Amino acid sequence: MKRSLPIAMLLALSFAPPARAATEADYKAAYVAAEAASKEAAALRHQWTTTVSTLATARKAADGGDFDRAFAAAKEAEALAKASIFQATSEKEAWKTMEIR
Amino acid sequence: MTRRAAILLGSAFVALAALAFASPRVVAADKVDPVADAKAFQNFFFQKFPNVRHEDFVNGPYSMNEDMKRQWREKEEFPPYEFALDAGKEMFATPFKNGKTYADCFPNGGIGIRQNYPYFDEKEGKVVTLELALNRCREANGEAPYSYVKDEMASLTAYMAFTSRGKPMDIKIPDDPRALAAFENGKRYFYTRRGQMNFSCASCHVQSPGERIRAEILAPALGILNAMPIYRSEWSGMGTTSRRFITCNSQTRAVPLEPQADEYRDVEYFLSYVANGLPISGPGARP
Repeated sequence: MKRSLPIAMLLALSFAPPARAATEADYKAAYVAAEAASKEAAALRHQWTTTVSTLATARKAADGGDFDRAFAAAKEAEALAKASIFQATSEKEAWKTMEIR
Repeated sequence: MTRRAAILLGSAFVALAALAFASPRVVAADKVDPVADAKAFQNFFFQKFPNVRHEDFVNGPYSMNEDMKRQWREKEEFPPYEFALDAGKEMFATPFKNGKTYADCFPNGGIGIRQNYPYFDEKEGKVVTLELALNRCREANGEAPYSYVKDEMASLTAYMAFTSRGKPMDIKIPDDPRALAAFENGKRYFYTRRGQMNFSCASCHVQSPGERIRAEILAPALGILNAMPIYRSEWSGMGTTSRRFITCNSQTRAVPLEPQADEYRDVEYFLSYVANGLPISGPGARP
């Protein structure tokens, strides 16, 4: 009984459908979200160079029809942009801890 | 009735007394005090590096490392900024198409005035840097503005700095809330972390001067602008204060602001003010 459980799980996994490749629609939705976050970071004057370059990577991959890569890059760009927004927000007060007094 | 009035009056007095004791503390916490800030800033560096002569801080990494200082002294015999200095002198004296020169735009004909820049322009309500004043001079005389980051602008500011060498930085903050706000904004910019590296200007130039970051020795923030503009071996050329800010931002993986953005003007105001009393040493040379 104990041995049959892992075997059953292995079988179930082997028949599971493979991870779905990203479509153009997936990429476009991810890119719109990343671009919106990036614009917010830029408006806060806290844009990161890596957000800009990762967005460019996403566009380039999409232009070449590689939507898996484009989708992943767009998701990464969104994460970077959100991190920069967090930095901008937290630094509104946190900068004072560095101040020489 | 009289008793109630007495209670009310007493309560009001207590409330006012409480306010009188409490409010100065609130005001003090929020008050912008550039004099105290400059004193604390200078003391921090003087205490951190007790063996560095105060006027030597303007020499950046060379004040922190004896070997580098020796190399620099030898380099100063044929300084790499010399071509820019000569070009700047010639440009400064060459009339615009309308016959006027830069000397017509500045007090004392533009000679020996570098230590007074940036200043707060009460008409505009903003900080005016030397680079900005030079381009405004050009535009007022029908000439196209120069790039803020190198070449001609660096040459012109190199010449003007040279005519002020040895003069103590003398930045004024007028009794104007907008000037105090500009100083405070500059201070905030200086200490705010940015970029993917999560660095502020202070991360390198307050927390780690004298330490190495990769192959470079970090300069102290105190007096860092007194040497501007600089010839940097890393750039293989001259660079202005604008170029220095932009490069620092890029190195922390932050998208730089446009040259002469309000934030850059304000941080230049802050850094120059806290270096008051230290000599102008520009143009400088850096690794």
